[in-house]
Amino acid sequence: MSNLVVLPVLLPLTTGILLLFLHGRLRLQRVIALLSLVVGLGLALFLANRVWSSGIQVGFASAWKAPFGITLAVDLFGAMMLVLSSLASLLAVWFGMHSLDAGRERFFYYPLTQFLLVGINLSFVTGDLFNLYVAFEVMLIASYFLATLGGAPGQLREGFKYLVLNVIASTLFLLAITLLYSSTASLNMADVAAKVAQVHDEPIITLVGVLFLLTFGMKGALFPLFVWLPGAYRQASPAVAAIFASMLTKVGVYALIRVMTLIFNHDPAFFKPILLVLVGGTMLLGIAGAIGSKDVKLALCYQLISHVGYMVMGLALGTESGLAGALFYIANHVLVIAGLFLLAGVIEAVTGTTALSGFRGLFGSHPGLGYLFLGFSFAMAGIPPFAGFFAKFALLREAFAQGSYVLGGVALLTGLLTLFGMVQLFRRGFWGEPMGERRAVPNYRAMLAPAVLLLVLIFGAGVGAGPVYRYVAAAAQQLADPSIYIQAVMGR
Amino acid sequence: MELLTALAVALLFGIGAYLLLTRNIIRVILGASLISYGLNMMLMSTGLLKRGQAPILVEGALAGGNLLRGPNGNVLGGSPPVYADPVPQALILTAIVIGFAVTAFLFVLGYRTVQEHGTDNLYELRGEEHDE
Repeated sequence: MSNLVVLPVLLPLTTGILLLFLHGRLRLQRVIALLSLVVGLGLALFLANRVWSSGIQVGFASAWKAPFGITLAVDLFGAMMLVLSSLASLLAVWFGMHSLDAGRERFFYYPLTQFLLVGINLSFVTGDLFNLYVAFEVMLIASYFLATLGGAPGQLREGFKYLVLNVIASTLFLLAITLLYSSTASLNMADVAAKVAQVHDEPIITLVGVLFLLTFGMKGALFPLFVWLPGAYRQASPAVAAIFASMLTKVGVYALIRVMTLIFNHDPAFFKPILLVLVGGTMLLGIAGAIGSKDVKLALCYQLISHVGYMVMGLALGTESGLAGALFYIANHVLVIAGLFLLAGVIEAVTGTTALSGFRGLFGSHPGLGYLFLGFSFAMAGIPPFAGFFAKFALLREAFAQGSYVLGGVALLTGLLTLFGMVQLFRRGFWGEPMGERRAVPNYRAMLAPAVLLLVLIFGAGVGAGPVYRYVAAAAQQLADPSIYIQAVMGR
Repeated sequence: MELLTALAVALLFGIGAYLLLTRNIIRVILGASLISYGLNMMLMSTGLLKRGQAPILVEGALAGGNLLRGPNGNVLGGSPPVYADPVPQALILTAIVIGFAVTAFLFVLGYRTVQEHGTDNLYELRGEEHDE
């Protein structure tokens, strides 16, 4: 029993409400928002340290013991995601502070990012399925506002599609919860898992599993369901798109890994082939979109989709070392894609566009930006000194050890095409005769700072891959054996 | 009673799905809300529908009833006859509030989209500049 687990939700919630009252006072809003995010990061690190040293932290709302009350539980995977969400939102808000135009910044940008963080963090700490639904809704409503912040025609158009598709996905989520409740009479994840483990052959459980797969596949932008993502993320402001790209899809992937390892582990023969097809399709179609895009932001959106495939690949492989690779990849990808979207934001600020036809030869006037973009391109593709290499290595080793040569081949091909796509972006955007306008950006250095920090972190996670792998391996061990989680929550 | 509810839910889902597939913004919004109403009805019927039962668990209430039991005889689901399950009702309440907020936002967003683009036909809002 620990009240610590509620703090990652409570802190952004109180900050967000406070910021609503400080509507006109922008400078105060900035200070409070940043301060709260820094405290949140420290809190997440403290919580991760606590989970590492003394096991899964469990909290009960109003001290109602599981399965009756709402349970909050943080294991190593959840703690890792909390650290990543705090870090990504801190850097994105810092970027937003220096890049957003006054109108957008004034129009509730800071409170909305805090509310978005409430939803994201609640999804990572909750141990209750209906609570997870509520967390998703809090996150999505904040994201609807943020995606359409500014109200440009393109934003409204893509935002509407994003909203309608997510409303449908949420409905399916609620449907799955309803069916699960009517067949297990519980909403507590650990309790549901314990009950489902006793009835392996119930077809309704498999149906619920498929519905969860659909829902989280939609949120996580898996293969046939990713159509909403490129338009919505491309139209959003860079400071918003960076949080979306680094965290929102990861919440879907997190929830998918959580329910698949904890609850629907009863029928791997049914789920594994489905997951493998989804993973392969996501990787290949995503990377095809990335190579075909003529816009930096759009190409990054497709890169993001393609690399969601790697994260789910570890789940599809279904073993402990596969999961460890997936977790490592998630951590790596949050940092890489946040950095790339921030750089795309800098490019947009400098040239006024992200369409590759609108600028060229950026390297001559902005060499620092060029080197950073090249560094992130290599990090995205997983070139050795960066963390992505070790994560991909863990995944591929597991795939080949299991004899999944087709999947391993697809993953290798995707890695190669990623490098090709990123280098193509670099070549067409940064090399050649300078073209298009160059705007003077007063906050240029401050805008680049988060990307520099992220690149250093990715490099550090690559050089220090040993300790990082030890952490994700321990987290994967907790995931692979659901009885650890069930025992921590149910107390037996 | 359960059969009637099931038919009503099916009807709402069917109409909702049909409206979602049309090209008019208002119809799409109405379709999304109809589906969520259908879901709320379904959520209510998970506790089995019965009249005049208090959601208070008294002694002996769990004996008998229409319970779904697992292989070891443990209770997996269903509901006993003299006790109304309060959980689905609490869930519906939350789902209605969330649905209300999302629908309100959908209407505002739809209205603004129509204002900015001058059309409520989704076919014309495809986003042609992506396809170059």
